Amino acid sequence: MNTTRTITFTLNGAPVTTTVGLHQHLVEVLHAQGLTGAREACAQGLCGCCTVLVNGIAVSGCLYLAVFADKADVKTIEYSPEGKLDAVQESFIECGAFQCGYCTPGFVLMVRQLLDEQLDPSDDDIKHYLAGNLCRCATYPEVVKAVKLAAKKRKVAA
Amino acid sequence: MNAPTSIVGQPLPRLEARAKVSGRAEYVHNMRVPNMLHAKVFRSTLAHGRIRSIDVGAARAMPGVFAVYTGEDIRKLIAEPYYGPAFHDQPILAIDKVRYVGEPVAVVLAADVHVADNAAALITAQYDELAAVYGEVEAMNSRAVVHEVLKPAGTFADLKYLKDKRDTNIALDFHLRRGDVKKAFAGADHVFEHTFTTQQVLHLPLESFATIAEPGDGSLLLHSSTQSPSFVRTEIARLFGWPDNKVRVKVPYLGGGFGAKVYVKSEALAAACAMLARRPVKYALTLEEQFYMITKHATTLRIKSGVMKDGKITARECEVWWNGGAYADIGPRVTQKSGFTAPGPYDIDHVHIDSYALYTHLPPAGALRGFGIPQLVWAYESHTDMIARELKIDPLAIRRKNILREGRPQATGTPMKDAALELVLERLATRMQWDKGFDKGTGTVKRGRGIAIGFKASISPTTSMAIVNISADGSCALYSSTVDMGQGSDTAMAQMVAEVTGIPIEKITVVHPDTDVTPYDMATLGSRSTFHMGHAVKNAAEDARDKLYALARDVGLSGETTLIPDIFRKKYGMLAGNIVGVGSFIPGYTPPNADGQTDNATPFWMIGATGAEVEVDTETGEFKVTRLVNLVDVGKPINPAIMETQISGATVMQLGFTLQEQMHFTNGQVTNASLADYKIPGIRDIPPMENEAVDAEQRSGPFGAKGVGESGTFGVSPAIANAIDDAVGVRLTSLPLTAEAVFRGLAKKAGRELL
Ligand code: FES
Ligand code: FES
Repeated sequence: MNTTRTITFTLNGAPVTTTVGLHQHLVEVLHAQGLTGAREACAQGLCGCCTVLVNGIAVSGCLYLAVFADKADVKTIEYSPEGKLDAVQESFIECGAFQCGYCTPGFVLMVRQLLDEQLDPSDDDIKHYLAGNLCRCATYPEVVKAVKLAAKKRKVAA
Repeated sequence: MNAPTSIVGQPLPRLEARAKVSGRAEYVHNMRVPNMLHAKVFRSTLAHGRIRSIDVGAARAMPGVFAVYTGEDIRKLIAEPYYGPAFHDQPILAIDKVRYVGEPVAVVLAADVHVADNAAALITAQYDELAAVYGEVEAMNSRAVVHEVLKPAGTFADLKYLKDKRDTNIALDFHLRRGDVKKAFAGADHVFEHTFTTQQVLHLPLESFATIAEPGDGSLLLHSSTQSPSFVRTEIARLFGWPDNKVRVKVPYLGGGFGAKVYVKSEALAAACAMLARRPVKYALTLEEQFYMITKHATTLRIKSGVMKDGKITARECEVWWNGGAYADIGPRVTQKSGFTAPGPYDIDHVHIDSYALYTHLPPAGALRGFGIPQLVWAYESHTDMIARELKIDPLAIRRKNILREGRPQATGTPMKDAALELVLERLATRMQWDKGFDKGTGTVKRGRGIAIGFKASISPTTSMAIVNISADGSCALYSSTVDMGQGSDTAMAQMVAEVTGIPIEKITVVHPDTDVTPYDMATLGSRSTFHMGHAVKNAAEDARDKLYALARDVGLSGETTLIPDIFRKKYGMLAGNIVGVGSFIPGYTPPNADGQTDNATPFWMIGATGAEVEVDTETGEFKVTRLVNLVDVGKPINPAIMETQISGATVMQLGFTLQEQMHFTNGQVTNASLADYKIPGIRDIPPMENEAVDAEQRSGPFGAKGVGESGTFGVSPAIANAIDDAVGVRLTSLPLTAEAVFRGLAKKAGRELL
């Protein structure tokens, strides 16, 4: 039985062709590509540390089989076409919304998606949307502040 | 050179902020090196048993498996493969016996991590099952004994008396005697006695333990997620019988630590595998495996007080049993160094403490954010309120009456110094508006409020060293073995260097721990770094500055006013050379006598208090924390923004241990080893919180500062229990606090029988 497949996908704007095991999840394949911003913690889809965008939608990279990324557009936290931080990242820094930083890429990607959907989320909206992102350092109050600041920054920029 | 800026005290963002928000910060769990093998462990399924045989045949035969090792293979490499900070009791892989479910028994190496994992699942072992003991009180006199002989590490003089002790589960007993407790109890108007318990929980940093070991020629390079690189180097070198400099330990960022990653954790197995295989080996644990590595002590605490009519506490007796699990780790130190604060921050003349570190057949327990203090505060601050309630004294009033005031001796006899206990209590009272009326709720929703205050001594004596290196162009590097695991030490230390040298912080880098490069540090634990490493860094920076000024004087310039490059240019004719400043620090300390008495128990005191407001549903027992107010004494903060995150982070962690976290066991097997079944606080679990550092100064601290990482944990659990009692008159004495326990309490009060 052939247990590998060769897949081709766009990774942060550049084409990638690689052979993956059928059992391998996306985080593993990204690590092999030298990108470690999506990282495994719970491996159960419960913490958000492994968040990756597949065709523009945030998925848990620890559960997403790499073969399904064939022909997809994959973006990770490392994606930065202009080479600078965006409003969400800047707000996280200004509000001190992380400590060890292990969970931070997942939070940043989810917050971007939230703000794409809602210009001006309330505290409740924010908490609901980020309920799947865990932070053991518990910088949650700072994250809520950072989301609000980022919303403001985006509005000013728009 | 510029005049000193005032950069200490500024809420600067972290030095590594950009790397962290863009996913580029490095953690060992995500690292790889060329030609690397992955290690996966086969674990014991039995809490206590003699190993009859281990069958590794099928695993070894699996295609892609490089090697399979058991304890016997390790023993061929290392004659005495046992490690541990206080006792050399923990084998790298089980030898002869297994002592808890989850103990590593064999290891598989393979280039493909999945192959290693699958092969490990094919290993089987036969055991002769032996009787096991799980409870800490039971372990005191149990026939089931975890270790036949105690093996204290030779490095601790005060543990020598335990050497070769047989057939006991008491790893260490600590006793403190002050005054005449018996007489004081006899003379007291009232005597109260209560027993409390806490449950076993764990750290769960989102980056699990990970070590990559690269073998050299009679040497090893370890990349490890450790909070104690210096200790790891010495301990691994000791195992191999090498000098320290044959082991090099490098630490990038840590994805959280909280006390889990101190001393030797994943390092010994990775190192042994790398030496046996002669290949780099990565041993990275899954999150589930953290449940088998290190946990926080479950405890039973008995506390008895003699109290006068007016609420003055005259005598206190404390007995604490710490459930240390199968290997001692740092448990004996928790028993001693936290044990002596068991009577609480109160001025009590007659005190009697017995504190026992116990071996049981559970996963080992070590240090977790607070080093045993949250368990003690849970007991003594619940007890304080129970006394107040009985005597109909206001909870604030009884604390005011008994609080340890500046200069008064604590239970060890050490006078309190720069310990803003009174101020913290008063600020808490003000913020809670304690003297105002409080809405107690109506109908089936009752409201209550509670306060609690605790304190902790810094573990003493410990040493830190630092090097400050100024380059000719005026940039600067700080070499320190303090590990930045999220607490922001890189930033705080760089602020101190900037303050002393006047070099702008953008021009300062912090060289991460690398034992070949950065000097010794005891460890990053117990909120010791700001104070101890802070002093070392300040001393090193001052040394560098003084040397720079001397160099300037040599060449006829003024160090104060000349730009750094101009000084070097004049001296060396070009931009060359550098200035190296060194600093070290060890605080004063007097070891306690046989009664636990000393005039200098600690270099500084940490103080934390919490006020809680709750709403309780009297029909279901469900309750909600509606407000948490956290007060701490951190001296003068080096970086107020990072400090506040530390306070609220610590509070939320303890909130998890108070309301939701608990390791469940069946026959020693943990049954909820995953984030699905062991719930840590998420963003929706956070109540409205206020944090405040009182206006204080640690006069003996660098820039008036002291540690802050744990203080936010102290008061959380008892403040909430006290608030629940205030709301509905139900007193909970076991953690975690659950709706079911409140419901049962309500039913009991109403005279209803429940199953
Ligand atoms: S690692 Fe994927 S959700 Fe936790
Ligand atoms: S910042 Fe450490 S886990 Fe979130």
